[in-house]
Order: sequence, then C-alpha cells, then structure tokens
Amino acid sequence: MIAMEPSTSQGELFSAPDVDAARAFFAGKSRAMTDKRMTVSEAVEQFVHDGDYFASGGFGGVRISTAVLHEIVRQHKTGLGLSGHTATHDCQILAAGKSFDRCDIAYVVGLERRGISPNARRYLESGAVRMAEWSNATLGWRYKAAAMGIPFLPARSVLGTDTFRYSAAKEITCPFTGQKLLAIPALFPDVGVVHVHRADAYGNAQIDGISIADYDMSRACKHLIVTTERLVSTEEIRKNPSQTFIPFWLVDAVCEVRYGSYPGNMPYEYYSDEAHIAEWLEVEKDVSTLQAFIDKYIYSTRDFNEYLALCGGEARMQTLRDLEPLQHSEEAR
Amino acid sequence: MTQPSGRYNLMELMVCVASRQLEDGRTAVIGTGMPLAAAMLAQKTTAPHLVVMFEAGSAAPELVKLPISVADSYTLTRAILHSSMDEIMESCQRGMVDYTFLGGAQIDMYGNLNTTMIGTDYEQPKVRLPGSGGANDLASFCWKTLVITPHDKRRFVERLDFLTTPGYLTGPGAREQAGLPPGGGPYKVITTLALMGYDPLTKRMIVESLHPGVTKQDVIDNTGFEMLFVDPLPVTREPTEEELRILREEVDPEGVIIGK
Repeated sequence: MIAMEPSTSQGELFSAPDVDAARAFFAGKSRAMTDKRMTVSEAVEQFVHDGDYFASGGFGGVRISTAVLHEIVRQHKTGLGLSGHTATHDCQILAAGKSFDRCDIAYVVGLERRGISPNARRYLESGAVRMAEWSNATLGWRYKAAAMGIPFLPARSVLGTDTFRYSAAKEITCPFTGQKLLAIPALFPDVGVVHVHRADAYGNAQIDGISIADYDMSRACKHLIVTTERLVSTEEIRKNPSQTFIPFWLVDAVCEVRYGSYPGNMPYEYYSDEAHIAEWLEVEKDVSTLQAFIDKYIYSTRDFNEYLALCGGEARMQTLRDLEPLQHSEEAR
Repeated sequence: MTQPSGRYNLMELMVCVASRQLEDGRTAVIGTGMPLAAAMLAQKTTAPHLVVMFEAGSAAPELVKLPISVADSYTLTRAILHSSMDEIMESCQRGMVDYTFLGGAQIDMYGNLNTTMIGTDYEQPKVRLPGSGGANDLASFCWKTLVITPHDKRRFVERLDFLTTPGYLTGPGAREQAGLPPGGGPYKVITTLALMGYDPLTKRMIVESLHPGVTKQDVIDNTGFEMLFVDPLPVTREPTEEELRILREEVDPEGVIIGK
C-alpha cells in the first residue's frame, strides 16, 4: 500500500494548544471561596484586556451576556480574538465596536432565521479581521480538549472540504485503526463570559435548559466572568448540587444582571425582543445610522440598566416575560 | 416562476414534499425555517415517531410553535432531553442520527454546499456568509442529508466558490477517501422546481420528479451544471387537503414560512 500524503490546512492558529502553559496558569489560579461580586464595568476592566482571546457563552441570541458585550464596546477594548461559536448578536455587538481583529469562525455574521448582519458582514469583508474556519462541533470540541487538559481531540467531520483547508486543524492517522482523522487543537481563551439563571457570590452557578458549549467553554477559559439573572445564597446552590454547572473555582467575577441576555432570549425567563433585534439589523445598513444607534444605546449609557431603560424598561421586560413559553424558573422551583 | 395551482403555493408544496421524505421512527437534527415546518408536518402525518433534535441541545420536544433560533425556548417545550451541542453532535458522529436538513448559498452536482463566502479572495471576500455552523458536522455524520432551497442558476453552480460542507465531494468513494464516515451523504434536494435525489453510480444529482407545471427545460435553464433526469419522469405528488390543513392551521398558523 502506498502511503498518501495527508492533506494540509493553511488557516492560522490564533491560540496555541499549550497544555503545560495552561496547567501552569491553572496552578496559580485562586481556589479561595471568596466574594467575587462586582459591577460589569469592574469585571471587564479587570479581566478583559486589549488583545485577549475572548469567548462568549450561550447561542448568539439565547442566554448571552449582553451586558458584558456592551461593556467591552463601551470601554473601547480592541484587538480581541473572538471565538465565533454560533456568535450572532454577540458578534454583531463586537463588530459594531470593532473590538476584535481575529476570529475562529464556526458561525458568525448570520442571525439564523432573522438574516445576515450587514455590519458584521462588512467588518469581515473589510480585511480588518484575520479568519480561520471551523464548524460548530469542532470549535466546541476545541473547548472540550482544553477542558480535558489535552492538546487535541480527533474528530470525523470537516475533512475533505475548504472548511478544512482554511482551518488550523490537521489530518492524522488513527494509531489503532489506521483511519484518517481530523485533529482539532485545544482552545484556551484568555477570558470568557457565561450568563446564567442563578449564582451565588462566589460564582457557583446553575442554568436551566440547554447548555450549548458552555460546560467545556467555562472550563477552558483562563478567566471566567459569570453574569446572573439572580444572586442566590450558597444554601440555595447546595439544595440542588446536581444542577451546579459552574463551581466557584472556575470563576473570577460574579455580576448580577437582571435581564442580562436582553434582547436575546433567556429560556424560562423572557423571550427575545425581535423588534429591537430587527432595528439593529435595519440601522446597520448604513454606517452613520449604526454609529448614532450605538452612540445612543452603548456609548451614551453608563451601564446595561440605562440601556434597558431606553428599550422600554420594566414594562418592556414584563411583555417579554409574558411572551416566554416556558414556565418561569422561580415559579417552578 | 411557475405557480403550480391556486390550491397551494410553492412554499407549501416544498414543505409537504420535504415532510414525506422522513421515515417514521427515525432521528433528525433540524434547523429553523422550512426544514422544521417539514419535520413538524411529518410528525403530524406520516412520521408521528420522528425524533427531532436541535444542534444546540434540545431533543424530542413537543413543538408548539416554530422557533426563531435552534436554541430558543420554542425548541425546549416539553422536551425529553435538554442537553448540549456536544451531546447532539456526538450522537451524530456515533451514528445515531438519520436525517439532517441543510440549505446554502450554492450547491453543486455532488450536493456539496457553500455557506462561507462568495468571491475568490478568502481574506477579503465579495460576500462573507456565516460559515459552516453545524452544517459540515451534520452532513459528515448524519446518514442522510436533505437540502431545501430555491432553484436558480446562482445557487445551482458548476463550481462552488467555497466548499463548506461535504456532499459526495468529487464523486463515488471521495467521502470515504477523505476520511468521512462511510455510508452517509446527500439524499434528497427539494427545490422550487423539482424533487431530486442522487444517482447511485455517479453520485450526481438526478431529478426524480418535476413539480406540477414545471418542464424539464425549466430545470435545465435554472441549473448551472448538467442535471440528470430519471426516465420516465413523474410529476411531484401535490399536497393533499389534509396536509395543507395541518400545515396552515397547526404547523405555521402565523404564515412565517408558508406566507400569509
């Protein structure tokens, strides 16, 4: 049998799968169960630095941490790396702020059934962003490899396509079966954010519903900011430990942000504000109307609560709670 | 575009045709929009035991309304399982998932799809599109891939600008040679003009039936590659009154997919 040369990819690897460097980092990470409550502004100041590689939890328009995304833009963070793991409204916000200059792409620019973000598209077409291609499963498994503390995981998709060619994955041969496999490198983001249903002051966090890639992502991130709909006591967490999704030792900051996924959907809490998301998409058609829009909603507001107030405040939030088809979390508990 | 009859529109025809491709008792990872309307219709007609999964993590919900996102609350209602994307994708890789439904900006004769970019320069594309999302994984892992798409020359191309998601790649044996799991691949394509499958020998797209009022020449004129046709060439079975009633009253009463 003639050995065939493995296919090669040409995509850039923005974050090295250096597991020993990661172990050294995690060795120094505090294990103390201390009060980590702070404002979103403090959390972003302290844990998101220009040039960091950033990961956003949730699913683009569902259970995202809009407050942290806005604050990154408000504080004019630049040169971020972005993990584009189904990044829809999150990618839209960070593109509006020109916050990132490199992006691992599984799904960006689009907002599923709502269509394509004109501005995120322009931003990626401009040449200002270095890109590499992945898929939802393989980018999620990059977090899983990191969470496991190993440099790569094998997978069986992406092979044979241009997605492979523009990725930084490699083709390898299975040492057991001789099959061709895709080797996907561990991804250790410098900082990530997850929005949850409830957390205590130390960062012990629980979510209701699907978890998307957040389990592995929260373990892969060197620093983790948790924003939460409700701050609860540790007693409340201990009542249901099997539901604890993120233990305190992973977490660097805890921010209580009611309606923190707005205008995204927060399952069991409130549905997405489709009118507001449609407005985002509309103003993006023109650079000047987009600028006025983000001036109004992000740069001219001091924090997320001021943004919520501009969007209709408690009355609007109540309407979105009424639109939510799942029974509200606090009623079910 | 030829309008088949006054009794139904093209969107309704496509959803009904798509729903009939799903065998009962199977599993399917479904995206939002027309594919989900087809799956919901199938569950209410010929495939009551079809298990619907969403790549974000929900499985076997009782769907009450068409979701906007594959992660939103409407994918979670009365589900059997709320899990994660890795759980769903790993189920697919393990061989547990029969169908997936995809779309794309471009498709070629082997069912390969482009959802990444239009243009020739990857760094500065003419049009940047979302990328693979879960499509590459689902088309690699699920046993049968279905595509629903409008049928025109801009979409049905001789050569993709970017091969995001594998169909049969370059033809027979190419998927296996690339390292993709054997036995899977493109299954059906449902368009505004016809229902297509794949020729078992060449793995090329082949028209299996023309929608009512559509001619062979219409398909040729709207396809950028050499299309194959079965002979004799039947006409696509029209939606029944029952299918239309369920579709309009129960699946999409707001007319989000099928129009008002």
